Amino acid sequence: MPDWSERYEAIIGLEVHAELKTESKAFCGCSTAFGAEPNTHVCPVCLGLPGVLPVLNRKVIEYTMKAALALNCEIASFSKFDRKNYYYPDLPKNYQISQYDLPLASHGYLTIQVDGQPRRIGIRRVHMEEDAGKLVHVTGPDGREYSLVDYNRTGVPLMEIVSESDIRTPEEARAYLEKLKAILEYTEVSDCKMEEGSLRCDVNVSVRRRGQKEFGTKTELKNMNSFRAVQRALQYEIQRQIEVLEEGGEIVQETRMWDEAKGVTASMRGKEEAQDYRYFPEPDLVPLVIDREWVESVRRELPELPDARRERLIKEYGLPPYDAGVITSSKALAEFFDATVALYPNPKVVSNWIMGEFLRLLNAHGLEVRQAQVTPQGLAELLRLQDQGTISGKIAKAVFEEMFTTGKAPGQIVKEKGLVQISDPQVIEGIVKEVVANNPAVVEDYLSGKEKALAFLVGQVMKQTKGKANPGLVNQILRETLARSK
Amino acid sequence: MELHELTASQLSQLLKQREVSAREVTDAYLERIEALDQKIGAYLTVTADLARQQAKDIDQRRARGEELPALAGIPVALKDNLCTQGIKTTCASKILGNFIPPYDATVVEKLKANGAVILGKLNMDEFAMGSSNENSAFGPVHNPWDLDRVPGGSSGGAAAAVAAREAAYAIGSDTGGSIRQPAALCGVVGMKPTYGRVSRYGLVAFASSLDQIGPLTRDVTDCALVLAAIAGHDPKDSTSADISVLDYRKDLNGDIKGMRVGIPKEYFIEGMEPQNRSLVEKVIERLEALGATCEEASLPHTEYALPAYYLVAPAEASSNLARYDGVGYGFRAQSEGPESIVDMYMETRRQGFGPEVKRRIMLGTYALSSGYYDAYYLKALKVRSLIRQDFDSAFERFDVLIVPTTPTPAFRLGEKVDDPLSMYLSDLFTIPVNMAGIPAVSVPCGFAGGLPVGVQIMGKAFDEATILRVAYAIEQDLGLSNLCPPLEVKAYA
Repeated sequence: MPDWSERYEAIIGLEVHAELKTESKAFCGCSTAFGAEPNTHVCPVCLGLPGVLPVLNRKVIEYTMKAALALNCEIASFSKFDRKNYYYPDLPKNYQISQYDLPLASHGYLTIQVDGQPRRIGIRRVHMEEDAGKLVHVTGPDGREYSLVDYNRTGVPLMEIVSESDIRTPEEARAYLEKLKAILEYTEVSDCKMEEGSLRCDVNVSVRRRGQKEFGTKTELKNMNSFRAVQRALQYEIQRQIEVLEEGGEIVQETRMWDEAKGVTASMRGKEEAQDYRYFPEPDLVPLVIDREWVESVRRELPELPDARRERLIKEYGLPPYDAGVITSSKALAEFFDATVALYPNPKVVSNWIMGEFLRLLNAHGLEVRQAQVTPQGLAELLRLQDQGTISGKIAKAVFEEMFTTGKAPGQIVKEKGLVQISDPQVIEGIVKEVVANNPAVVEDYLSGKEKALAFLVGQVMKQTKGKANPGLVNQILRETLARSK
Repeated sequence: MELHELTASQLSQLLKQREVSAREVTDAYLERIEALDQKIGAYLTVTADLARQQAKDIDQRRARGEELPALAGIPVALKDNLCTQGIKTTCASKILGNFIPPYDATVVEKLKANGAVILGKLNMDEFAMGSSNENSAFGPVHNPWDLDRVPGGSSGGAAAAVAAREAAYAIGSDTGGSIRQPAALCGVVGMKPTYGRVSRYGLVAFASSLDQIGPLTRDVTDCALVLAAIAGHDPKDSTSADISVLDYRKDLNGDIKGMRVGIPKEYFIEGMEPQNRSLVEKVIERLEALGATCEEASLPHTEYALPAYYLVAPAEASSNLARYDGVGYGFRAQSEGPESIVDMYMETRRQGFGPEVKRRIMLGTYALSSGYYDAYYLKALKVRSLIRQDFDSAFERFDVLIVPTTPTPAFRLGEKVDDPLSMYLSDLFTIPVNMAGIPAVSVPCGFAGGLPVGVQIMGKAFDEATILRVAYAIEQDLGLSNLCPPLEVKAYA
């Protein structure tokens, strides 16, 4: 694949939808709980039956405001709802209550790290809207295809966060999403579970030759269900657009679907079928007049946000900026760190474990922090066992993996599996003597000055003891034994 | 005097004194509906069993000595766009022909709480769109004063039922005059309260920012009585106002001395029936005789109200009616073999809606579409604010404004069916009130060629008390209370 980055640059904008974790829906009292039996969390209002009227849930404004403030936005003093009209069977009213020209918040930003440098990505607007239902496609007993509608999700409050077109690379797009997710988690306004659809993302992307002022024609990418997919889809789409231009073609403005399995984007609908949403002010809801007092009271409730927490970890614990950035990238991870350090006050060691083993295992299992079974108490205990010499560093890693998958306490694992470190000099000396006797050539090498040979001998001892020998003692006893055999 | 000839207030007295039972009153009305309604066509659904049960309950409660509300045991009929739990609510449309709501409109809840006896659901123009009640998917309503004429629309069934004494009173809805215009054409009292005065929850929406529920009654006293029962803030309707409801009957004493009455010159136009004009002018003379000061007023943007209305109302309607797609409830067009969801939508709506509804959906869709929004919808909203401002400044000088309710008496069935524009002119004098959101009441003020004519009294927002006071004074002065069409002879012949 040729590298076009010298000659082209991409212009990327993201639209993120986050379901708010209010207990009830945006315009009625129905539950928002995920995973209920189809069509059990519904009422005439969220079903859009004839004659019903929406009544705004005040929490929806509060949550959206909270997130918007965390994103450094200005909160409008006057805002309103609009209807976005389109036909779809999961949309009971065939219009969605949304916000069009007067969103709740605008002019914000968040900061990402690009090559170790902070970079500010603008937030154009944050607005409130209602979610649609869900279609389930099945084959009936007669062999025909049917579509069933589950309206449980209808009316669940959504917040849409639209970035400025400040993003230039797929990596930046991913960093933006990760930062945004962290901020939403910190403010506790959304669960941000992509797998449950509570966080969704659409991407607008165009390319232009470097130095060119005007934007190129953009396409919209939909149907991505992970941050990695967003990054991959962008990589593909940017390359595709550049190739079209290089071959003298033109980009068609269209919506494209990301096909995760094939790793390609494909046209979904063209501009000629572009929707006219016929927005107009929602006459069933009165405009929102938001007084400053309310905004300030929500602002006072804002928790410590990722950037502030990162600074605190650097200052308070002396963590390297890189470590602090990784630790604070997720609220759950940062809380795990804090809780562990409280029990085991060696921040750098804890951070090494979290960034190393913990994240490695989370990635390998595709899990979120909250899904892992390991606890801060467990990690702290493990680190103490290591310090006390009960287990070696290598054993500790194996024990941690066991803790991660079973949730058992480290002491119990060590006991059950007989992993206690061999620290008895007599036992080790015996094995050392055996190894020295069995490897005369290596011993010779060592004695003639080849330091490396020692590592081999240590390895042999560890092998014999199944890794349980105290490495410090092995080293010490081996050197003494060899010195004596000179 | 037969029971059905009494007004709701008179019935209330008799019931309270236990001179009649709710059951007797209800039976009287049910018999009358059975004898008469084939000719009138006011009802779409008669809930005889429910009505008898409700009447029985009221009688038992009264027998136990319970203190009951004034409306307890009095039979009411509801326009078929008010949702009634367990009772078909069709909006006179094929598309909702089988719809049974699982809930009551707030107004219906309030009536039930007041002990009302529900006789059934009334015919109307489909989705409340029309001025003659000829747009019902289930057949037209006939004017009780002349069965060859229209009752007006869209609460034509409501006005006809009250005029023909097939219900003690009725509840209708008014988006551009749909209570007042048929009230005038049928010789009854009809009020559109202030927007926000009565909850719209459960009223099948036509144009949300204009719709308002109101009473159609035999006289002004009943109107005051019913308004007090149905008005008030509703947490289920964000646009309903939290402003206290008065006992509107209190000030109905005929005393309007010193009242400042404005006569907007823009309402006395060319093309208005001369008899209608002279009847309204006579009302103005009488008001002066009663001690009011009547002066010319001006509402300069009146001529733009109708065109602006025909952008705003269809725009909202196009969106409100989008939900009738055959997916979740109501009528779904059947077809053989595989079909796309879009085909199903289109066929359902093609078969389910009548021509007037389709016309307005098209108008509204066009007015809202990108590229036309600014020129049409947005412009109409600006006109709407100018109309509001006209009223605001008029009400700085006047307590009420007096205008005709309609330009002509009831026209013949079929006369304007093929000429939608001339039909739209029927609501010329009522539409500005909806655009401004203010209250207005129509009361009978005489007859033209044997057909009733109404006069309209407009008031300040939430000042229903004052317009009722003036309406009562007119009613008493002209002696035109509880008018009865000469139907008896025809009906029982």
